[in-house]
Amino acid sequence: MSQSPEPVRSEPVGLAPAILETPNRARILARLRSRPTARGAAIALVILIAAALFAPFLAPHDPYDLAALSIFDNRLAPGTQSMDGPVYWLGTDSQGRDMLSAILYGLRISLVVGLSATAAAATIGTLMGLLAAYVGGAVETAIMRLVDFILGFPTILVALILLSATGRGVDKVILAIVIVQWAQYARIMRGTVLVEARKEYVEAARNFAIPGWRIMLVHLLPNALAPILVVATVQVASAIMLESTLSFLGVGVPITEPSLGLLIASGFEYLLSGEYWISFFPGLALVVLVFSINLVGDRLRESIDPRRR
Amino acid sequence: MTLDTTHREAPNLDAPILEAPNREAPILEAPILEARGLVKRFSRKPDIAMRLLALAGRPIDRRTVHAVEDVDLAVAPGEVVGLVGESGCGKSTLGRALAGLHPPTDGDVLYRGKPVRELTRAERLAYTLEVQLVFQDPYASLNPRRTVRQTVGEALAVHGLAPRGEIADRVEAALAEVGLDASYASRYPHEFSGGQRQRIGIARALAVDPRFLVCDEPVAALDVSVQAQVVNLFMDLREKRGLTYLFISHDLGLVRHICDRVAIMYLGRIVEEGPAQALFSDPQHPYTAALVAEIPDVRRRKRRFTPIAGEIPSPLAPPPGCAFHPRCPHAMPVCRETRPALAPVAVGRRAACHLHTAPGASPAAIATTVGVPS
Repeated sequence: MSQSPEPVRSEPVGLAPAILETPNRARILARLRSRPTARGAAIALVILIAAALFAPFLAPHDPYDLAALSIFDNRLAPGTQSMDGPVYWLGTDSQGRDMLSAILYGLRISLVVGLSATAAAATIGTLMGLLAAYVGGAVETAIMRLVDFILGFPTILVALILLSATGRGVDKVILAIVIVQWAQYARIMRGTVLVEARKEYVEAARNFAIPGWRIMLVHLLPNALAPILVVATVQVASAIMLESTLSFLGVGVPITEPSLGLLIASGFEYLLSGEYWISFFPGLALVVLVFSINLVGDRLRESIDPRRR
Repeated sequence: MTLDTTHREAPNLDAPILEAPNREAPILEAPILEARGLVKRFSRKPDIAMRLLALAGRPIDRRTVHAVEDVDLAVAPGEVVGLVGESGCGKSTLGRALAGLHPPTDGDVLYRGKPVRELTRAERLAYTLEVQLVFQDPYASLNPRRTVRQTVGEALAVHGLAPRGEIADRVEAALAEVGLDASYASRYPHEFSGGQRQRIGIARALAVDPRFLVCDEPVAALDVSVQAQVVNLFMDLREKRGLTYLFISHDLGLVRHICDRVAIMYLGRIVEEGPAQALFSDPQHPYTAALVAEIPDVRRRKRRFTPIAGEIPSPLAPPPGCAFHPRCPHAMPVCRETRPALAPVAVGRRAACHLHTAPGASPAAIATTVGVPS
């Protein structure tokens, strides 16, 4: 009946619907597994997370138990046997602390800071971006100018200023990371929601007088979440890096809860005297952790983006 | 397939099975939905940079799109009114403005005789729910993450239109009404074909018991065979529920068969309006005449397929005078200067063309328009 019937679209176009339809989820995971590098990175990541999780069972020593430390064991090279019997596989630091145990516990703190900061920043940023895109007007201007302001400064500088005002502490480091990172999510979320909100199902919801908060949370949020999840994986790595940097500079976590960055810092003064292991092994753990998170995150983005298939 | 004028086997145009029951009946009832002097413009808001430049003396370029300009259109209860025009002529915007999705820039939408902007909260909700939209794209009009039951039952649940326990039954009833099995309720949109999705969209509208459906090219994205099924469904619903339709389409063959009245839009304005049969058999505006000449018809031996010359002008800068004059074969000097008003030209018919009023011009020339020479 139509003079020129429009072709029926066989597949939804655009990033979001392609990701979200359930059959694709299995395909994304399959594709993720099929790449050897990504698979290696994923395995390394799982091992590191498991090591951090089970640190109390895996660590030969308790690095927090000062009574167990023997000052005579200080700065022993990797593989040295202690006077009490056990071997320090990764050496000891200037307090005679077993480096392997310190790294396992340090990994815990780094991961806790990275994951909780990312979770909080992603939640705040996502909601802010959603609000900016859907409500528009003055709300959008206010939120997005704040985002521009935060992103206009180097992250490390903002975090340094914040921490010099608040002082050290795991919670304060997390807060500083959230403040500098939420803006990224807000910007991405706003863009995705602007595209998504133009779709007719949103118009349909408005035409049923569905309240705005419900359109945002029930309709837009689940459909705009995919890019956020991908960015969040990579942002975990950058949060861990930021925490390590801050701790290395001495404004991050307190000495009583040493993260990887603080361990690196504690061995820094001995580097030139040839006692490399105090800084090197925590550094290696940090590099492997960040590198594997980034690889998995990149791979995830590639599997999700239909243009890169 | 009976609606398919291009592939029709029996060349009888006058006996379609979907004949509207009260075609050509005089409109006695007060309109259910009416646009009065409706204007909808979309303008870019000046951002900070533009405002700074404005301080420096550069005028602000608002780039206003005149989507709908000064439209009067009334739809009586039970009518099927077709709204026809090229892409970008503002027909979708007009439909959405009537459904309350776009607040008008100027003018009024009246629902049951009352301006929508004066409605109380409760009346406003009733109007919003009673005037429903059926969308063109069955892929974008359903939320991919919500089951059919959630989609169809959402408004019932949110507005408390049915007790919690009855929502599932209401959803199933709505699905049954559009010919879908109740077992589909727990599935997701991607499990359905385009035609089925469109039925889900219709069921979603029916669930809130609408009086008026604005159908925005509801079958344009579907296969020809599925188009006929969906159109039949609309006509069934019209009889069973006494629905009123505004049927937006660029498919003249379809509009001719199912509509009682038709309004032709060009660049944001209605240029002709009248009963469907009369309008198609005896156009009173050169643009209508050109459109009608393009309807494929197997009865015509020699097919003259002359497309209307030129492009539809930019709605950012509509031409002065009659917007159609750059493409009109009958254009006169007056057409370039004065915009013709939409005025009655016969009983129940209105047209906006100087050929009806200008001294020395003859409306008979309109009938000779076949395509438009360039």
